[in-house]
Amino acid sequence: MFERHQILEKRSLLLTVAILVVVAIGGVVEIAPLFYLESTIEKVKGVRPYSPLELAGRNIYIREGCYVCHSQMVRPLRDEVERYGHYSLAAESMYDHPFQWGSKRSGPDLARVGGKYSDAWHQQHLIDPRSVVPESIMPPYAMLNERALNYSEVEAWLKANRAVGVPYTDEMIENAKKDLEAQVDPFSDIYDDFVARYPNAQIRDFDGDPRQISEMDAIIAYLQVLGTMVDFSTYEAEENYR
Amino acid sequence: MYETLSSFAQTGGLLLFVLAFVLVLIYALNPRNQKNFDKAKQIPLNDEDEPDVR
Amino acid sequence: MAENGTRASAATGTGGDIMFIAAVLVVGAIWSLFTAARAGDPLMGAHAMMFLAATALGAFALVSHLSSGFKSDQSSYEFGVVKAGVFASVFWGIAGFLVGVIIAGQLAFPNLLYFPELPWTSFGRLRPLHTSAVIFAFGGNVLIATSFYVVQRTCRARLWGGLTPWFVFWGYNLFIVIAATGYLMGITQSKEYAEPEWYADLWLTIVWVAYLLVFLGTLMKRKEPHIYVANWFYLAFIVTIAMLHIVNNLAVPVSLTSSKSYSLFAGVQDALTQWWYGHNAVGFFLTAGFLAIMYYFIPKQADRPVYSYRLSIVHFWSLIFIYIWAGPHHLHYTALPEWAQTLGMTFSIMLWMPSWGGMINGLMTLSGAWDKLRTDPVLRMMVVSVAFYGMSTFEGPLMSIRAVNSLSHYTDWTIGHVHSGALGWVGYISFGALYCLVPWLWKRKELYSRVLVEWHFWISTIGILLYITSMWVSGIMQGLMWRAYNEFGFLEFSFVETVEAMHPYYIIRMLGGLLFLIGAFIMAYNLWRTARGDVRESEYARDAGLVAAPAE
Repeated sequence: MFERHQILEKRSLLLTVAILVVVAIGGVVEIAPLFYLESTIEKVKGVRPYSPLELAGRNIYIREGCYVCHSQMVRPLRDEVERYGHYSLAAESMYDHPFQWGSKRSGPDLARVGGKYSDAWHQQHLIDPRSVVPESIMPPYAMLNERALNYSEVEAWLKANRAVGVPYTDEMIENAKKDLEAQVDPFSDIYDDFVARYPNAQIRDFDGDPRQISEMDAIIAYLQVLGTMVDFSTYEAEENYR
Repeated sequence: MYETLSSFAQTGGLLLFVLAFVLVLIYALNPRNQKNFDKAKQIPLNDEDEPDVR
Repeated sequence: MAENGTRASAATGTGGDIMFIAAVLVVGAIWSLFTAARAGDPLMGAHAMMFLAATALGAFALVSHLSSGFKSDQSSYEFGVVKAGVFASVFWGIAGFLVGVIIAGQLAFPNLLYFPELPWTSFGRLRPLHTSAVIFAFGGNVLIATSFYVVQRTCRARLWGGLTPWFVFWGYNLFIVIAATGYLMGITQSKEYAEPEWYADLWLTIVWVAYLLVFLGTLMKRKEPHIYVANWFYLAFIVTIAMLHIVNNLAVPVSLTSSKSYSLFAGVQDALTQWWYGHNAVGFFLTAGFLAIMYYFIPKQADRPVYSYRLSIVHFWSLIFIYIWAGPHHLHYTALPEWAQTLGMTFSIMLWMPSWGGMINGLMTLSGAWDKLRTDPVLRMMVVSVAFYGMSTFEGPLMSIRAVNSLSHYTDWTIGHVHSGALGWVGYISFGALYCLVPWLWKRKELYSRVLVEWHFWISTIGILLYITSMWVSGIMQGLMWRAYNEFGFLEFSFVETVEAMHPYYIIRMLGGLLFLIGAFIMAYNLWRTARGDVRESEYARDAGLVAAPAE
């Protein structure tokens, strides 16, 4: 009786192990190659880690759940390329922890929204979307304009990103706080150092309010950099066929 | 490395999965197991209300 | 070995299980004290305080349980935790449906239902609350309750682990509360259906391992030589969700006292890992787990064995093997390499076969007893649920074809598809199981009212039909409008024109959801009266008359 019982006990463990093996195969075959196949991410110039202010804006974008209504992935379909711009490359989100490709477009795709609208348009649209687009169904985010950006942890944000593979240098981490402040101040002392660290970063007072660095500054800085890093005039699609 | 792995996946892998599926079919359709299955499918129906389950 | 010792002491309820729970409470209290004291992040401080309160409540419950000298009857089944699960399921179900109706209303009436001064009420924060509440809070509690019931009855064995099943129940619901309050405060890692942050994920991992141990422990001490098919599905659900949860949530926290973390993976790798998780949350949480319910509750309620045990074996292994590959169909035409998209599409189409194998097995269980559909509204609800399962598992493979997906992706068609599965399949099979469980657990001969079950069934069926048809129309319409060109070769519509066009369908969708919610309220009332032992005498007297003259 005892022996028989033991065999049965083993069978439920055996069943567990068999299930685990069967369900592991698909994931291993599909996901693992993405990490070592060099063709997975195209070779392009211009993609750099987010500046501290852009990263802070990205944190807000995630906090408010923007990804539930806005995708950041232009598909290589005629209408999408005409509507939004060049189709998205894997390289453009290589420093996105986590990715923000989205799954639903209750609002338009934002992968290339950078530079399409003025800062003032974004600000007004975020405060009251229906004041600029009457048919919009987007929630208002007026509080972003009032709230001071909390960036006391900014060095730790960069450090955590470096731990997961974003190439932030010691210098970038050391200067994170100053760099964040420099991006909203066109007259800052470290203007040149900042631009050297984050090439092509846009520097201005995004919310037009010099009294504080608001959450609005951060989110607009993030929106304005989206999809602007790669110089597509030098991109060879044929060389990157996957 | 990738070439060998993917060529194995496209031939050996396919064979392996088909084989595994055939094994499941043999187990399920083997008439010798039918008696066991007939017993097993009655499990939800013939439970007494308050057995001693210690 | 220690295992025997644990089992012996767990059986008396004074040994390993108490030690384990006490240890978790102590470690949890120390962690939350430390975090609450040092958190620079006020949101993390709030969660640490909530966690501290939970450990205090847990300690109080444990001490009062021990000092009461209460000895549970070890020779009978442990049904207390199942009853608690039934309560939690109904509560979270209504909460989740309600939030769904609210956010549907926000998309239909943005001027009325957005409150700029209350950031926690915006769509972006409420939508994860809705999805998590219905999938994990409602669905999860249904799965925990039914699995604890089914595994005991089909093994003829009391739940393993003494108080551990209670730890699983309360621990899981604590996870739900932490996750839900986190979304409202803006704590999220933005991976769909895996939004809770790193510390909530760690807590769920502990709870889930305990769940697996309770389930396996009960299987091991079973008195029945066979492991019944429903238990394989439960086991596959528990094991696979553990694997998916751990891999997809790998992240580096900003600091030990910060609520923020950054995902270990980036971009394309992160996307595929997420949708490998996301699709199999559907496959193993919302399918395998609820198929287990189908394999126990339909035969039981129909009083007939499952149609084909052979088919269930083939169905089981092919379903769990194929499902796991289907994730990439969420990423068609994206920057994911094409070979991965093709693989995902191929397996998604193959998935149609095992899915329908399961559907046939569930439906044909009634062969020879179709008349019961007319007399038993609970059975009818479960059978219609299987029909919805068949419908949405046909629609799924269709939508995974790249050409179809290019139209359907990013639109409401996907939302409609999800809800035909969620409201029709998961919702109805869960309601059916709850309608069965309450009379069984509270030892009532009948439900309080079958007429109310009829009302629930018809009201929510109309609701589901309104929901999915409006989403088909709005989804396909929007997809076509996005790609429409005018005679000059320019895009015909601006984005916002397509948003405007969807307004009427958003109202219909909201009404559909509202009907479904009303149905759930009717169910809650009916179940409450049933548990209290009430019976609507008039109704059953009339039914007795009907039975005498069935030809109507």
